[in-house]
Amino acid sequence: MSIDIGQFTQTFLDESFEGLDVMETHLLSLEPGDIESIDAIFRAAHSIKGGAGTFGFAEVGKFTHGVETLLDQLRAGESSVDEAKKSLLLEAVDCIREMLTAARDGTQLDTDAIVAVERRVQEMLSVKADTADGNSQESASAHRWRIKFVPERDVLRTGNDPLRLISALAELGPVSAQCHDSLPLFEDLDPEECHLAWTLDLDAEVERSAIEEIFEWVEDQAEITIEACDTQAETQSSACVSLESDNKPIATSGDAETIGGSKTNTRARAEGGSIRVNTDKIDALINMVGELVITQSMLSQFGEQLESGNREGIENLLEGLSLLERNTRELQENVMSIRMLPISFVFNRFPRLIHDLGETLEKNIQLKLSGEQTELDKNVLEKISDPLVHLVRNSVDHGIETPEIRQEAGKPEVGTVHLNAFHKGGNIIIEISDDGAGLNRERILAKAKENGLIQEGQIVADEQIYELIFAPGFSTAKELSDVSGRGVGMDVVRRNIRALGGSVEVSSQQGQGSKFTIRLPLTLSILDGQLIDVSGSSYVIPLISIVESVQIDMNSMKTIAEKRLVYKLRDEYIPVISLADVLGSAVKESRSIEESLLVVVEAEGSRLALLVDDLLGQQQVVIKALETNFKKIEGLSGATILGDGTVALILDVSGLLSLSKRKMGNLNWLRTQDHAAA
Amino acid sequence: MTMGQTTADEIAGVNAEGDQYLTFILAGEEYGIDILRVQEIRGWTKTTAIPNAPDYLRGVINLRGTIVPIIDLRERFGMDALEYGPTTVVIVVKAICEERDRIMGIVVDAVSEVYSLQMSELQPPPDLGNVVDEQFLQGLVTVDEKMVILLDIDLLLNAGALAVEKASA
Repeated sequence: MSIDIGQFTQTFLDESFEGLDVMETHLLSLEPGDIESIDAIFRAAHSIKGGAGTFGFAEVGKFTHGVETLLDQLRAGESSVDEAKKSLLLEAVDCIREMLTAARDGTQLDTDAIVAVERRVQEMLSVKADTADGNSQESASAHRWRIKFVPERDVLRTGNDPLRLISALAELGPVSAQCHDSLPLFEDLDPEECHLAWTLDLDAEVERSAIEEIFEWVEDQAEITIEACDTQAETQSSACVSLESDNKPIATSGDAETIGGSKTNTRARAEGGSIRVNTDKIDALINMVGELVITQSMLSQFGEQLESGNREGIENLLEGLSLLERNTRELQENVMSIRMLPISFVFNRFPRLIHDLGETLEKNIQLKLSGEQTELDKNVLEKISDPLVHLVRNSVDHGIETPEIRQEAGKPEVGTVHLNAFHKGGNIIIEISDDGAGLNRERILAKAKENGLIQEGQIVADEQIYELIFAPGFSTAKELSDVSGRGVGMDVVRRNIRALGGSVEVSSQQGQGSKFTIRLPLTLSILDGQLIDVSGSSYVIPLISIVESVQIDMNSMKTIAEKRLVYKLRDEYIPVISLADVLGSAVKESRSIEESLLVVVEAEGSRLALLVDDLLGQQQVVIKALETNFKKIEGLSGATILGDGTVALILDVSGLLSLSKRKMGNLNWLRTQDHAAA
Repeated sequence: MTMGQTTADEIAGVNAEGDQYLTFILAGEEYGIDILRVQEIRGWTKTTAIPNAPDYLRGVINLRGTIVPIIDLRERFGMDALEYGPTTVVIVVKAICEERDRIMGIVVDAVSEVYSLQMSELQPPPDLGNVVDEQFLQGLVTVDEKMVILLDIDLLLNAGALAVEKASA
């Protein structure tokens, strides 16, 4: 019976990607003589290689093997860490990542580039082999190999099957095996112990490393000596020796199992993905559930007391209920925290990004990270990563000046990009600041006039000017570069952040630098909402988009072209949207305008007043997607379930805005006119 | 292993007795849907209306924590609306659209029977002109001298305003 290892493939991939991140982080901070980091990198590479072999990603295994050998030499001090090796290793990390991604998604990958990197790794190795003293036999090839394989007794208990190893060896070429046994007396025999040892003769022209690779899983649990018979030193330049062999295994029993073989399923990328959860969090949950069970049994006991007409029972019941409430709330908080991951998951990719960008753009940049341990929802985390990359790239490309200009300006030659994250009132704030040139007010203004966003002679505040960089198709970069400045970007950044229920702002000082502030909800599944009533139905408006709610003063309610309502709030005229009209709830007549309330919201940078019948109260609501069983509805961002079990719809303010604009054409605002006449 | 196969086949309805269909009544006519798609049958409960949706989409309900849209089949087929009464039932079904499972409720007058039908008994729907949306009809069968109209639930619940956006993220 064989185990279907396919089920572990996803785990292997997850772990490997984590391993690659570890390698990258350590490589970036690698200093000569930093044995600990090299060890960490080596370990990560080693497990990727091992796993790749087991799961049938032979190419990955082969590639990683070269990397591992190079790392091993660094670890053993045979060669020293220098920039060339660091950047080669970083490229190698990228290659492995690409190979694994391709294996996961079943996509094609650029093999040429990978082969090129592999060759460079091998070249680096062969240089080493020449200089390293006397060790040249280590990785030499031979025509015949003799392997003495003496496993420890408990080798079977750890799940290693000698037969499988021999079968694997037989794939390299014909193997003849000689078995030496040291079997005890039958009554002393434990069938779970291995008492056999082998001398294996492999008749194949392979590298020593290929054989070592097969036995690496048991190298701690067996005595393995590999000797070359008829050694022929081979030049290292023909580095890539194919592991495949047409020879069929002979001396081994029957059907040799291919390890993993061609099991590389082209699997569609799973949407769900997995998450690693701190065991403490799970322990806390288990405790919570335990308490919940106790409370439940307590309550049913009180219920029985109640049946017997006990007055005391009611008090106990109420007490139990409040306990239940507390349990539920704590349980909910804890369950939510499972989805929470530290933002360092995203931040950790920036040292690499800055390193690469610095090289491409020939700028000296240091990255400062703070608040990496700030936790936020995994979904938010995944979706914020691209906008963040974009903003950081922008800061580096447009913000930070070249060292020469910085010196002229009397600034330190090394520019700083600072990423900071912290919690603030139920939100998470991420700040990206740089000490570069800052936004160029004049250039933005000129560009805005060119695009017709601002009229000639119009007076605009600084904040409004900076706001303009979020307008679609707006780029002030003098030259388009590879890094940024294609004119797509800031508007997409803002849209993505908005889609997460967050906001992004920019502040800047010319010559001093600029700062982007992103405000995000902690999670996508819960929001603070304002319940409102429109024609007898309850809706939820996200609190984050509400500016204020006002009672209507009819003197401030004006019309434009008789149809369009505007409300004069302090010194600003705000367009009014009747929710009853936009939502098309023709069910009941809603209240007259005088009795209605206005909820002023902010959407797409402009303000909007929503006409509602009543404000019902604020509460935290759990967001349920309408898409699950239905589809997205314009103007709605989802639904939630209220305390009484009914469904309330959550309004999407920017969606409402476009919906109302579209409806404006065919809606006669008769109601308004009626009221005006009355 | 063989055991498991048989049970799986039975669950999939591939047995000697043919496929099982649940039938329901709409304005005196009997309609049938694949019973394996039926999740549960429940009474009518008040729905929350969806803005700017066609009339046949009655709204959404909370079905143990998930939001489930409710479709009035009478209105969907352009029949006269009927006041909801004690026998008005909602059949909660699973529709497979664009490789996604969607749980939806359909409002019918009453639930009728469960029949085992052979697919060979199925007659293609006659050409009805524009009277009904033929594409939703899987075919007609006769059971005990009665005509049963079999519906293709996947097509029915993925048409018009109910359609899944293809380019869903």
